[in-house]
Amino acid sequence: MSESGQTTTAAAMARPAPPKRRWSRMRLLGWVLMGVWIAAGLASVWVMWSGFDAETFAKYFPRMLRGLWVTTLLVIIPISLGALIALGLAWMRLSGNKWLDGAAFAYMYFFRGTPMLAQVFLIYYGAGQLRHALEAWNLWWFFREAWYCVLLAFTLNTAAYQAEIYRVAISAVPAGQWEGALALGLSRRVTFFKVILPQAMITALRPLGNEIILMIKGSAIASVVTIFDLMGATRLAFSRTFNFDVYLWAAILYLIIVEAMRRMWDRLEGLLTRHLKRAGDEEK
Amino acid sequence: MWETLHLLAWGDGGWSDELFAGLKITITLALATLPFGLVMGLLVALGQISSEPTIGRAARIYTTIFRGLPELLTIFIVYFGGQMALQALIGLFADTYVEVNSFFAGMIALGLVFSAYASEVFLSAFRGIPQGQWEGAAALGLSRFAAFRLVILPQLIRLSIGGLGNLWLILTKETSLVSVIALDELLRQTSVAVGATKQPILFYSVACALYLILSLISSQGLGMIERRVKRGEAR
Repeated sequence: MSESGQTTTAAAMARPAPPKRRWSRMRLLGWVLMGVWIAAGLASVWVMWSGFDAETFAKYFPRMLRGLWVTTLLVIIPISLGALIALGLAWMRLSGNKWLDGAAFAYMYFFRGTPMLAQVFLIYYGAGQLRHALEAWNLWWFFREAWYCVLLAFTLNTAAYQAEIYRVAISAVPAGQWEGALALGLSRRVTFFKVILPQAMITALRPLGNEIILMIKGSAIASVVTIFDLMGATRLAFSRTFNFDVYLWAAILYLIIVEAMRRMWDRLEGLLTRHLKRAGDEEK
Repeated sequence: MWETLHLLAWGDGGWSDELFAGLKITITLALATLPFGLVMGLLVALGQISSEPTIGRAARIYTTIFRGLPELLTIFIVYFGGQMALQALIGLFADTYVEVNSFFAGMIALGLVFSAYASEVFLSAFRGIPQGQWEGAAALGLSRFAAFRLVILPQLIRLSIGGLGNLWLILTKETSLVSVIALDELLRQTSVAVGATKQPILFYSVACALYLILSLISSQGLGMIERRVKRGEAR
């Protein structure tokens, strides 16, 4: 141990100084590109600074922060409700029953193949057309509100995407896991929840994180049907003041939450998969 | 239920011709975005694998921004911001009012988002090409550019075609967002029809069906392209 330590020190001492990096064309290009970004950053700061209007800020920034909370709800509620539906859909797809499989496939094909904005319009404006039927069914209180319609549309949409994630993840678990659990005398239900699902969740973790980020960004379309989420509050502020800064504030807020979410998810993934890393593996 | 179907007639009495005009703009917008997005995405990916750290950093800032902003916000920023910047620029020379074309703004905004995601696809494709391919090409006396064009690019296309196909399908759906800056693409034409006829269920269902058909045709086409670029691997 000490011997090898000594050789390393000796090697480190003997190592020549790294050669001076020359100004190659590529290096110049790199600095030019960074210069463009720095200039763009400074320009944005200048636009925000010179256009800063204390009155606009005091009036609309708190609204945007409240909108940020609405955006959070627009992500958390559909993602968690959607996960439940998604598990059911994934189960249908993998059930082996032709009809269940076909129904789940059609559902997922529709919601993954059409724009989310069109789905929101279909549910929100479509409900208005069905008003009498919905009143008879005592459901009008729900479909009357844009808020509930958007939540419903987002939930149905993310359920389709999550179902695909779960389907792929569950079928990626080797069949031997099922067989082994059966050989141990576990029931199919216990096998699924205690053996298969935990392993599938590890595969599903990364695409689920991506889906959450897509949802944070996608939730901005709620603003089109009068929801005052972060995007809605920003559009309101712009339409009243014509102050372009508000879009830059919103951009900064969105970038912060998306980056924070991405980093948190990386952490979480590292934590949940720590038993899969060998001692020698490099931290990455 | 059925008596509303005459609204879908072609011509003055119905809305089919308007919807198809919208569909044409939707497809044109997606096709127009594609070259810009692909070239920009490839350049950003090249930047990310570059040995020059500053280029890599600049490329990563690009992907962080355009993958982190909501598409809708990017569209607004390009549309309103582009308008203001152009106005300021032209205001230096002349006293005219400029208006940014919403098709062009949508194309730029969607292209920026597309390229940020495409660069990730290209990046993982680059990682799938062994270093020996570069070295072998260098040993044959090819310049770095010739090695890229003749040796790396064909393999890169084969490795990235699947991921790019997914991005194309996403792009065709995202064109619907450009309706918010008043581009008369499919979804906006549909909303106009709904406003005039008060038949949201019928028209939004038709619009969804058209998007589905578009994605169905795209998947078929992508399957054909994929078979073609992978014909070298067929056994």
